[in-house]
Amino acid sequence: MSNDVFRKSKDGAFYFVLGVIGLVVLAGLGAAFYMEHYGHVVTGMTNQIVWGLPHVFAIFLIVAASGVLNVASIGSVFGKPVYKARGPLAGLLAIAMLAGGLMVLMLDLGRSDRLIIAMTYLNLKSVFALNVFLYTVFFTVVALYLWTMLDRKMHAYSKYVGFAAFIWRLALTTGTGAIFGFLVARQAYGTALLAPMFIIMSFSFGLAVFMIVQAVMYSWNDRVLDEVILHRLKNLLATFVAAVLYFTVVYHMTNLYFAKQTAFEHFILIDGGVYTNLFWFGQILLGTLAPLAILFHPGLSKRNGWIVTASMLVILGAFAQLYVLLIGGQAFPLSIFPSMVESSSFFDGQIHTYSPSLPEFLLGMGGIAAAALITAIAAKVLNFMPDDKHHTVSH
Amino acid sequence: MSNDVDNSRRKFIAAGVAGTAGLVLAPGVTLLDMANARPAGEAASSTKRWGMLIDSTKCATGCNDCVTACGKENGVASTGHPETDPQWIRKIELKEVKSGKSHSLPMMCQHCAEPPCVDVCPTGASFKRADGIVLVDRHICIGCRYCMMACPYKARSFVHEEHDDQNPDVPRGKGCVESCTLCVHRVDKDMEPACVEACSAGNHGAMLFGDLNDANSEISKRIATYATTQVRADLALNTGVRYQGI
Amino acid sequence: MINPAKRRSVLGWLAAALSALLLAGVMPATADDEHGAHSGHKLIAKGDKCVRDEDYMRRNHMKILMHQRDETMRKGIRGSQDSLKNCIECHVNPKTNSVASSKEDFCMGCHSYAAVKLDCFECHSSKPKAPAVGMNPIVTPEQKSEGNDKQSSLSGKMRWQMQAKQASLNMGEGVK
Repeated sequence: MSNDVFRKSKDGAFYFVLGVIGLVVLAGLGAAFYMEHYGHVVTGMTNQIVWGLPHVFAIFLIVAASGVLNVASIGSVFGKPVYKARGPLAGLLAIAMLAGGLMVLMLDLGRSDRLIIAMTYLNLKSVFALNVFLYTVFFTVVALYLWTMLDRKMHAYSKYVGFAAFIWRLALTTGTGAIFGFLVARQAYGTALLAPMFIIMSFSFGLAVFMIVQAVMYSWNDRVLDEVILHRLKNLLATFVAAVLYFTVVYHMTNLYFAKQTAFEHFILIDGGVYTNLFWFGQILLGTLAPLAILFHPGLSKRNGWIVTASMLVILGAFAQLYVLLIGGQAFPLSIFPSMVESSSFFDGQIHTYSPSLPEFLLGMGGIAAAALITAIAAKVLNFMPDDKHHTVSH
Repeated sequence: MSNDVDNSRRKFIAAGVAGTAGLVLAPGVTLLDMANARPAGEAASSTKRWGMLIDSTKCATGCNDCVTACGKENGVASTGHPETDPQWIRKIELKEVKSGKSHSLPMMCQHCAEPPCVDVCPTGASFKRADGIVLVDRHICIGCRYCMMACPYKARSFVHEEHDDQNPDVPRGKGCVESCTLCVHRVDKDMEPACVEACSAGNHGAMLFGDLNDANSEISKRIATYATTQVRADLALNTGVRYQGI
Repeated sequence: MINPAKRRSVLGWLAAALSALLLAGVMPATADDEHGAHSGHKLIAKGDKCVRDEDYMRRNHMKILMHQRDETMRKGIRGSQDSLKNCIECHVNPKTNSVASSKEDFCMGCHSYAAVKLDCFECHSSKPKAPAVGMNPIVTPEQKSEGNDKQSSLSGKMRWQMQAKQASLNMGEGVK
C-alpha cells in the first residue's frame, strides 16, 4: 500500500487542512442543532419557500456524487485505461459526496431525530422513499465496486460490478430528477424532462468536481498530469457543459410555448430579480459560456490552472442553476385559480421572498466539508492517486 | 327495494333520535344526522366520504368567521411571524382579470380522493382515512415538507416553532407538517367542522358539510342540482371540498 | 482537532434522539426492567383502578398507547380507555394541572428517573380537558376556547362515552 499520496514531509500540513475541514463539519452540525432546537423559524425557509439553501447544497452533492462515478464507468464499462486509472478516486468521491448530501438533507428535516422512521416506514409510491432505497443500494454497489478496483484478486469482477454501478447511478439520478419531475402542483416542475436533465447535469457537475480534486491531489504530491489525459478530460467536460445548456434551452423553450407557463418564464427570464440575475449571469454566462470559452480556447485549454478555473465556474453555475430551479421555482406563486388575481394573508398570488440564513449556509457547507473529510481521510490511508503507468510524464 | 326500506327505516330512526335529541340539546347546538352515527369502537369506513360545499356568493369579503373558529378549535394562532405561521384555512380574494368580478372564499385542504401529498410522502405519514379525510400522522412525519411541494392548494403548513398551548383533542408541534383535518375529532363525534358551525352560527350559510357518498345528504342534493366546481379540476384530484358560484 | 465539548453536545443530542426512538417502541423498553425501582411513584387524581394492573402498565404502557395511537389516528376509533387523553384525566397532578410539566408529575416522575426521553408532549397537551361532570351544554364561544371542551353537545358526549366503554371492553386485552 503506497502512502505517497500525502507524503510524510507534508503530514503537518495535512492534519492542519483536516482540522480546518473538521471545523467546518462541526459548524454544520452546530447549525443543524440550532435549527433543531429553535425550529425552522430561525432559518430563511417559510411556508412559501419550504425548501431552501440546504436543499440546494444537498441536491448538488447528490447529483454530483452520481455524476462523478461516470469517470469510473467510462473506465470499467467502456474500457478506457485513462479513466480506469481514475476509477478508485471517482468511486471514493461518489460515496463521500452522497454521504455529505444526505447528511445535509437529513439534518434539515423537521424531525431529524426520526431517521429510523425515515428508513423503516416506506411509502413505496413516494419518489422520496424510492430514493432512500436508491441511495442505500448505491452505497453498497459503489463500495463493492471500489473493492473490485482496489483488490487485485477482485479485478476480474470489476467490469460487472462497474456495469451494475453505472446502471444504478443512472437510476439514482433519474430518481433525484423525479423528485421534482413528479410534482404536479408547481409550474417549474412536473416535467419528465427533469430526469434526463438531472443525469446530464450530474455528468457535468461530477466531472468538474473530479477535475478539481484531481488537480489538488496532483499538486499536493508535486506531480504533473499528462497533457493528453488533461486534454481528454477537458473535452469531455466541455461536451457535458454544452449538453446541460441544450437541456436548459429545451426546458425554457417548451415552457415559453405553453401560454399557461409564460408568466412563470417571464418571471425567471426577465423580471425575477435575483433569480433572473442568477440565471443569466450565474448559470449561463459564468457557469456555461465562460467555461466553454476557456475549454475550447486554443491556448488556455492547455493550461492546468485554467482548466481548474473552468471546472470551478461549472460548479458555480451548478449552484446558480439549482438555486433558480429550487428557490425560483417556489418563489413563483401557485396558480390556484388560473386566470384570476389572487390575494390572501397567506401570500397567495404574490412572489414569495426568501433570504437564506447563516445556519442554512453553514449546514450546506458542513455537507461539502463532510464529503471532503471522508475523501481526505480515505486518500490518506488507501491509495486513490490515479496511477497512469503508461501515461505519466514525470514522477 | 331493500334500499328503500333501509332509507325509510333510517329516516324513521333519524326522526326519533332527532326528537329525543331535540329535548336534550340546548337551542343552537346542532347535531349532524345522528342516524348515520358511527359507534365508538368502529373504524371510519369508506361507505362515507366527507366533503364540503362552499357557496362563494354567500361568502363576504372581510368576513373571517370560519378562520377565527378554526384557530380557536385547533389552537392555530398567530405568533407574529406571518411567513412561518401555519394557516389551516384562509380567505382568498379573487378578481377576474378582464371583468374585475371579485369573489371571496375560504381555502383549505381540499381532501382530495387522489391526494398528491399522500403519494409523495416518504413515510406514509400523510394519509387518507377510509372516509376521505386527508391527515398527517405526526408520529411518523419526519418534516421533509415534500407534501408542501406537492400540494396544489398551498393547504399545508410546517410548524416552525415550539407550541405548548395545544387543545387536548388537536395535538400539534414543532417540526411536523399539518393542515386542515376537517375537524376530524369533531366529525368522529358526529359534529360539524368548526368553520362550518361558525359560518352557520353567523347566519352566512356559505358552508355545508356532509357525506358525498349519501345521495340523500343535503350536500349531495345541492351538488346534483347546482353547478359546482372543484378547484384545479384540471388535475383530476377529485376534491372533497367543492365550490359554488365561481 | 475536534472540540470535545461540542462533540459531546452533539452526541448527547443523538443519544436523546435514540432514546426517543426507544420510547416509540422500536425496541422493547428496558429502562423499567429494574422493576420496583420507582414503583413508589403514584399520582392518581381520580379513579381507584388503572385500565390494567399496575405492574403490567409499568412495563407495557407504551405498547398500549402505541396501539391506541394508530387506532385513533388511522381509523378514527376514539374514546377508548387506552387513550392518552384518558391516562391524563386520571394521572394529572392537581398542583400543576399536567402530567409532564415537572418531575413531580406522573409521566415525568418515572421518565426522568429512568432517563428515557419522552416526546409525546411536544405535540400532545399534557393537560386534561376541563372537568366534564355537571357541565352546562350551553357554551359560549369564549368559554369554549378557554375551557378547552370542544364537545358542545352533552347528549352526544354521554352517548359517546357509553359506546366508548363498550368498545374498550371489547378491545380489552387486544394488546399483548
